[in-house]
Amino acid sequence: MIPFFAANAPRLVHLSTVDLVIIIFYFALVLAIGLYLKEQANTGEDFFMAGREMTAWIAGLSFLSANLGSLELMGWAGASYQYGILAAHWYWIGAIPAMLFLGLVMMPFYYISKTHSVPGYLKLRFGEASRALSSVSFAFMTVLMSGINMYSMALVLKIVLGWDINFSILISSVTVAIYVALGGLRSAIFNEVLQFILIWAGALLIPILGLIEAGGWAGLKARIAVNASAEYTHLWSTLGKFNDNPMGIHWTGIVFGLGAIIATGYWTTDFLVVQRVLSAKDLRAAKMAPIIGAGFKMFVPFIVILPGLLGLALLPMKLMPEAQAIATGGHSYNEVLPLMLARYCGPGLLGLGITALIAGFMSGMAGNVSAFTTVWTYDIYRALISKDASDAHYVSMGRWSTIVGVAISIGTAYLVMDFKSIMDYVQALFSFFIAPLFATVLLGMLWKRATSAGGFWGLLAGTGSSVSMWAWVKMDPTALRYVALSPYARDMAENMYRALWSCLICAFVTVAVSLVTTPKTDVELKGLVYGVTEIPSESYVSTLHRPWFWAVVVGAIFLVLNIVFW
Amino acid sequence: MKRGGSISIWFFIGISLLVNGILIFGASVYQLFQPPPKELVLFRLHAGVWWGAILAIIGAIYCVYYVPGRGRT
Repeated sequence: MIPFFAANAPRLVHLSTVDLVIIIFYFALVLAIGLYLKEQANTGEDFFMAGREMTAWIAGLSFLSANLGSLELMGWAGASYQYGILAAHWYWIGAIPAMLFLGLVMMPFYYISKTHSVPGYLKLRFGEASRALSSVSFAFMTVLMSGINMYSMALVLKIVLGWDINFSILISSVTVAIYVALGGLRSAIFNEVLQFILIWAGALLIPILGLIEAGGWAGLKARIAVNASAEYTHLWSTLGKFNDNPMGIHWTGIVFGLGAIIATGYWTTDFLVVQRVLSAKDLRAAKMAPIIGAGFKMFVPFIVILPGLLGLALLPMKLMPEAQAIATGGHSYNEVLPLMLARYCGPGLLGLGITALIAGFMSGMAGNVSAFTTVWTYDIYRALISKDASDAHYVSMGRWSTIVGVAISIGTAYLVMDFKSIMDYVQALFSFFIAPLFATVLLGMLWKRATSAGGFWGLLAGTGSSVSMWAWVKMDPTALRYVALSPYARDMAENMYRALWSCLICAFVTVAVSLVTTPKTDVELKGLVYGVTEIPSESYVSTLHRPWFWAVVVGAIFLVLNIVFW
Repeated sequence: MKRGGSISIWFFIGISLLVNGILIFGASVYQLFQPPPKELVLFRLHAGVWWGAILAIIGAIYCVYYVPGRGRT
């Protein structure tokens, strides 16, 4: 083994030659795709919007894959070990209704306005100040998220292979920087679709073999009841009281904080995912893409949540929080997925499993980087620094900002190590930036009386109040009883309620300020707001090709899943 | 499906599944005769053999169907 990446850390497995060949082949293929697509990324529309020519399937899978980073794979597998099946809420009520809402209600306004970004929509609807505020906060959040993904990846390679953490970060981030800088959003999207397939190919065997070993779902539940508690396998029935479930959360936090605010905010206003849908070739494809994504999203718990539960049932050792694991030399919650991989997979399969985790990292990071590049170039650089440069200049700026964005992300990768669960940290970020943004965008799209001043001050008040509540609880932990409505609430519950309050504060301030300021005319709002925008009819396509039909199908399956695992 | 140029994304996916499937299948068949020193849980199921074969077959189908020049969109 080459000394540079052979760290002294203990490792779960040793890669064979065939495993290394599989990993190296993956890196070669994603770089080849980037090089191949460089020829199709010459204009701003090509580089930042993938030419707006993606089909619903490609946009939909990319939409989902950009979210399915190694952070998702490892973080939620770890969360399901820690909190049980409650973690599946983030895939079902915390995703499906929001994705359907995006496709059916919000996508027409994004698409018809021809905006290139969510901050771009705010510029059209509320003016430059709102765009500046949202684009700066988004850029900040994006590089932090990118750093989290990087840390997740380095952690996998350190734990599983004993590779040096710096080497892992360097090789993976440089690869992402190259293929996104070369091919822009189209390259990111194409690689995300490839990565989506590889994630499933590499991760699907773990739940299949795990269920065989555990004796099926009934055997799994019985083992968890012995190793932890029967509450770990119930989705809703333990949410009546804060201290009746492993997460310390009440059903109102899940339904209103997660489902109505954080999830809807994330899936409808986080430009990282919305950008993929904006690349669709027409409005019907743009509406179908989130619905296709929702259809696949419902089954992701099979490769993420189930392995965490299987770890709880089958692993001989007890996993622990990150800080405790570092102090004692044990294994942390976040290591459950690699531990399960090492349990079942031999040469070849192990290489594919590691490739799946690397692919997850790259799709998550490329998603963040390409979104950062667009927002930086269009909404910060062009809007505030250089307004009248040529299209070629902005493409060049996009390529360079890709590299700079990756470099900044590397710096943030080390910041996340102090958090006991990666996902708690992510949820805190969402409550700062996404929850208030959702209120602003939703009011902007559905209420034509909302004014520019209302939008800006509402967004500022929502973000400021969220950060203030977080700081309040940090300085005085007893404040938790006010922010999260219970002294028993844990980090996840606190994040849910903080998101809920910040969204409500944003909405309240937006409405209050709007009522005392002058609104735009209907002519100015055409294409931006419900009631003054003509939505194209879909009467020319058959029922089987209409987005609402598939939304009903997905919604019905979603309901059945929640009842089955109640 | 829409292409980025003359090569479909599904062709790239086919190549990836085909190569990975062949490598996994080959390595797993080798293990039938040379079992690893530390036996894996459920090794008796030989998951790598059938999983590698499935990936290779799906990959081959995609490669043939989306090979550049056949005009699939």
